[in-house]
Amino acid sequence: MSKSSGSLQSPLGQVRGLGSAKEGVGHWWHQRLTAIALAPLSILFVWLVLHLLNADYDVVRATIAQPYVAVLLMCFMVSLFYHGQLGLQTIIEDYIHHRALELTLLILVKFSALLFSVASVLAIARIALTNS
Amino acid sequence: MASEAQLKSSSHAKRPLSPHLQVYKPQLTSIMSIIHRGTGVALCAGAVLIAIGLLALADGYESWTYFRAQCGEIWGKLIIAAFLLSLVYHWLNGLRHLGWDAGYGLDISKTYVTGKLVLVLFAVISAALLYFGLRSTT
Repeated sequence: MSKSSGSLQSPLGQVRGLGSAKEGVGHWWHQRLTAIALAPLSILFVWLVLHLLNADYDVVRATIAQPYVAVLLMCFMVSLFYHGQLGLQTIIEDYIHHRALELTLLILVKFSALLFSVASVLAIARIALTNS
Repeated sequence: MASEAQLKSSSHAKRPLSPHLQVYKPQLTSIMSIIHRGTGVALCAGAVLIAIGLLALADGYESWTYFRAQCGEIWGKLIIAAFLLSLVYHWLNGLRHLGWDAGYGLDISKTYVTGKLVLVLFAVISAALLYFGLRSTT
């Protein structure tokens, strides 16, 4: 049985029977997209923190409750966790050579990123909606 | 055609892997690359702390006051400073990466020029931010 003739797949690839996952450059592209989003958003975040360094509770809440600040801060938090999660995935895949541990860490990172980004959005929404 | 066993043994042979870290001469480029990863991990931890801060602010006056008090402690300040420095580095070196992705500065000499540029800008911007932060909190 010589399936290899005419196929571009390597003999090892044929033996293992693992085909393309059809994802291509998805990970790479999303990492760049979120990086482009985070470049201006993180400047905004640092500016916001410096601006509110000595502000009291009411001022901090009122500032974040402004619609454009709230929306941009939500975008920042979601992009931040999405970008971070992609980066941690690469690092785990590169350095963890124990398959079960690798998978456990990947699931943990992905779930945590979702949990914290949803929590951040809820927190900002609550501040924005109860501060009118 | 080679059998599965042969293929497995050839692909799983204990060949030395490159780069050989024990005898590897560190260069500016490789060190800056690993720092990019390190600061990335630090920023992920910082992101969780930002989320906690937002939750404290949403929760009410007492939670926020507690969070703010922790930020004012010495270890709180150190964590914030570490986050800030990591952000400045990762941001600058991230732009360098986006430049590479767009096809700019890929030859060896240019990677050193842009690398040194990142380090100089990192020092200047970090110093300015830390000075501004310390001056307005004390």
